[in-house]
Amino acid sequence: MSTPRASARDTTEGTVYTVTGGDWDEIAEAAKRADDERIIVNMGPQHPSTHGVLRLILEIDGETVTEARCGIGYLHTGIEKNLEFRNWTQGTTFVTRMDYLTSFYNETAYCMGVERLLGIEDQVPDRATIVRVMLMELNRISSHLVCIATGGMELGATTIMIYGIRDREMILDLYELITGLRLNHAYIRPGGLAQDLPPGAVDAVREFVKKMRKNLPEYDKLATGNPIFKGRLQDVGYLDLAGCMALGATGPILRAAGLPHDLRKSQPYCGYETYDFDVPTADTCDSYGRFLIRLEEMRQSLRIVEQCLDRLEPGPVMVADKKIAWPAQLALGPDGLGNSLDHIKKIMGTSMEALIHHFKLVTEGFRVPPGQVYVAVESPKGELGVHVVSDGGTRPYRVHFRDPSFTNLQSMAAMCEGGQVADVIVAVASIDPVMGGVDR
Amino acid sequence: MSEQERTPDERLPSQRGGQGEAIRVQRGMFGVGNGGDTSGYGGLVRTVRLPGASSRPYGGWFDEVADELEGALEEQGLVPENAIEKTVVDRGEITFHIAREHLPRVARTLRDDPALRFELCTGVSGVHFEGDKGRELHAVYHLRSITHNRLIRLEVSAPDSDPHVPSIVDVYPTNDWHERETYDFFGLIFDGHPALTRIFMPADWQGHPQRKDYPLGGIPVEYKGAQIPAPDQRRSYT
Repeated sequence: MSTPRASARDTTEGTVYTVTGGDWDEIAEAAKRADDERIIVNMGPQHPSTHGVLRLILEIDGETVTEARCGIGYLHTGIEKNLEFRNWTQGTTFVTRMDYLTSFYNETAYCMGVERLLGIEDQVPDRATIVRVMLMELNRISSHLVCIATGGMELGATTIMIYGIRDREMILDLYELITGLRLNHAYIRPGGLAQDLPPGAVDAVREFVKKMRKNLPEYDKLATGNPIFKGRLQDVGYLDLAGCMALGATGPILRAAGLPHDLRKSQPYCGYETYDFDVPTADTCDSYGRFLIRLEEMRQSLRIVEQCLDRLEPGPVMVADKKIAWPAQLALGPDGLGNSLDHIKKIMGTSMEALIHHFKLVTEGFRVPPGQVYVAVESPKGELGVHVVSDGGTRPYRVHFRDPSFTNLQSMAAMCEGGQVADVIVAVASIDPVMGGVDR
Repeated sequence: MSEQERTPDERLPSQRGGQGEAIRVQRGMFGVGNGGDTSGYGGLVRTVRLPGASSRPYGGWFDEVADELEGALEEQGLVPENAIEKTVVDRGEITFHIAREHLPRVARTLRDDPALRFELCTGVSGVHFEGDKGRELHAVYHLRSITHNRLIRLEVSAPDSDPHVPSIVDVYPTNDWHERETYDFFGLIFDGHPALTRIFMPADWQGHPQRKDYPLGGIPVEYKGAQIPAPDQRRSYT
């Protein structure tokens, strides 16, 4: 006799079975005893997003999903509220932690919002803007790699996962070289960047582009023409253009429905209108089309990164206005990165005004004139919008992130209902939800 | 775009008529609440106002959208002045302040009128202006027209004592979760929403966390021997 793997307990809503795999006999028995065929399943975890933070509630009839709902909020960390208690510069440290796979997009969108409120959009130095674009496009590649890697893993295609994580690792190494951190950077600041690119960064990025160009066709060889992969993805997670518009779905989901809507082209920011790149689309409205779009977008991002590298000219990376720019240049000391010794010598030894200025800007921060703005960027997942409200103080009055993962995840029900249980996995993976962004 | 390239209309800032809403009163020079203003300007009292209403011309395509919207509302037998309380053009963005009872009609018009065609709603963001008496709770919608490549903002307000705003889920189904989020965090009740329940906080949570009267919370922590107060207890300059 085997030990029961499906333990049962009675609740007010009926008998709840916890299934840990292997033995479904007890469930089948219980289903036979029940007076209706309806079973409600808490599915997962199967996607990295679903380990305790995304709850998929399915009502199934045999193998068919009749109703699908998401339970979210398990990763809510109150970042928007916290921002209201920190100064404008400190905000980047928080927003970078929202959707942790697209941290440069969060930082850039937030900083562009603050800059528009301050009216200094035109004063941000070219070098800072180019570095922002370069980091965002590298970020697009790393985000898409995670999407493709984890999506493959859920199908049991662990090779894709290994490949994806291997290539993403190279990008994380670049982040570490440039910002000092691998995931949450706070590198982009209102007015520019925290510091300039370190020596060797341009060469390292060039080297990466070369390697990535070589590695990208491997995904094609592994997956694009693979009959099993196509069998699992094609016509699964179907959402057409009308559905996308109604549900507000943007990014690869919308472009897989055939609409070449990309904010980088339609509402260019950070000088995207001067870069040469294409917006890939598909007309299949399904998970396979989204996969192909992500693959092509990585190629296009490599093109943009190369153009950024060619354009980089030496120059400042922060606005000239000393009332906004962080007073100290960071330098590497014996105890790590900190204020440069020259700066400390100046404020402590020679200029009392500089000391006062440093003290005021660091403890008090700068004031932002009252008003509100909405800034949107095309993140790997879709339209990332930031609504920033200032009351004229040194802290944001309200910051709201319209995270594309949050909006896109709504379409899960439309994609899954009426389909097979196994297709839920593919559909959710093709949405590419990151709960850090969904729950904020 | 350089100054010369712009048409004269765009180069001129649109005229401001009237004052914006007062949202708070700034006292002293540095905005410290707990004394310590030794600047000699500690007695300063200044009202902080949001950008005020603009008058025509708004500049660029803003006038076109405003004309079309007003025309379309008139066709439906609505007096535009009743629906659109005021229009604010600020920092290159246009905001229509809509009377809350007219919001669904205005949203539907903006979506369906071929000259407007704002197909995509990017959700709703709540703002709690404690100092804006009688219209404390604001719901802010951003509508994007992919057809015409435009973005506008709608703003409606409701008093704390009657926190109701009509839902526009039947116009923009995407607002389902967004309205639940705003309800969860601000206590704004969207009338007509199919299932207005909390989305992030647990179902039995008390209060609405992103309102300004809801404390951030936190505990003091020890760092290198010193006690650092919780973030909302620290000295601040607003």
